Amino acid sequence: MASGKEIRTKIKSVQSTRKITSAMEMVAASKMRKAQEMMIASRPYAENIRRVIDHLMFAHHEYRHLFMRSRPVSRVGIIVISTDRGLCGGLNTNIFKTVTTLMKGYRDQSVEVSLCAIGSKGGSFFKRFGGNVVAKKSHLGDKPTVEMLIGTVKVMLDKFYSGEIDKLELVYNRFVNTMSQQPVVDQILPIVASQENKQLRHHWDYIYEPEAKEVLDGLLMRFVESSVYQGVVENNACEQSARMVAMKAATDNAGELIDGLQLAYNKARQAAITQELSEIVGGASAV
Amino acid sequence: MAVTMHANIVSAEGQIFSGTVEQLYAPGIMGELGIYPRHTQLLTHLKPGEVRVVVSDNHEEFFYVSGGILEVQPHVVTLLADTALRAKDIDAAAAEEARRHAEEMMAGSHASDFDFARAKAELAEAVAQLKTIEDLRRKMKGARHA
Repeated sequence: MASGKEIRTKIKSVQSTRKITSAMEMVAASKMRKAQEMMIASRPYAENIRRVIDHLMFAHHEYRHLFMRSRPVSRVGIIVISTDRGLCGGLNTNIFKTVTTLMKGYRDQSVEVSLCAIGSKGGSFFKRFGGNVVAKKSHLGDKPTVEMLIGTVKVMLDKFYSGEIDKLELVYNRFVNTMSQQPVVDQILPIVASQENKQLRHHWDYIYEPEAKEVLDGLLMRFVESSVYQGVVENNACEQSARMVAMKAATDNAGELIDGLQLAYNKARQAAITQELSEIVGGASAV
Repeated sequence: MAVTMHANIVSAEGQIFSGTVEQLYAPGIMGELGIYPRHTQLLTHLKPGEVRVVVSDNHEEFFYVSGGILEVQPHVVTLLADTALRAKDIDAAAAEEARRHAEEMMAGSHASDFDFARAKAELAEAVAQLKTIEDLRRKMKGARHA
């Protein structure tokens, strides 16, 4: 059995680990609240732009935008949202598992895949795993803004315009609640109508100022950006809550470990005392 | 009571205004727009400027938008405000940067991104050190006992 001192050092080290994990848990908890607020704050925009898009889908167009026409798919773009930091449980692993399954599915249909990695974990994963990463953005921090995403989104949109990809998908973690996050795959382009809204099926069209093409370009670009932004803030909320849960589990485990070690330490100490006593007694009786 | 319509003013980072209004004035790209209820469907870009909302006769609200898109339906007006300054060349520069990042990464320049990997390596090192110390101790103790 290990000596008392060794066990004591081990207890100390586990205790300091527990301190770190519980601090990380608290930090994650406070960040989670903010991240959730951000997620909720970004919803009205997403809902409103979605509604506008829906109106648009049912309008009677003189001009039909490229983003609204589906075409045979021979190449696909996937935007993968991951976190910048680790220690958040299986969050990134789940995302990557989803993406690799998706990629495998496309490969079987001999569809080429271009990737866009948001978050540094995604970047380093695809570097190891392989994959054609055409755009990358990391270090969005705790307060991502739409501005930070414009570049990456534009790379993918340019590819869609030039016909280098025929379909654009977004993979991210959907925030279900604090305990559970769910990796989801959303099709962004070509745009799919969310629901059949009969009453809007009239023969009407918007007045466009200045030009239909220009306005739709701007609107649809913002729609894609807002979808990606929504994914990013949602993934951010997922990250914080997953980290909180993971760190809570780590703290609990450290506590259990300490209890076990403490027990071992007490036993060792008791054994040492007993031994000493019996040595004294033995020595005395020998005299 | 005057005829009213519903107005939603949102930006990507939050809701700015939502409610029933009588009139809405917005800086359209082709000129100032005044929207009254039952306006025909309209979709336009906005330029930076002031949005004025007339909630009732003696109650107006003002907002500043740095651009965006205005959608008008007969009874609903939706204003999607931008949070970022948009210009074609700025967007293009950002796209170029994203592309470059990806290329750099694939080329294998080791950026400081992988802090988790580094932490893991450091942890492995620390564990190895601990093990060595423990082994040393055990050896020393064995020597003492012998």
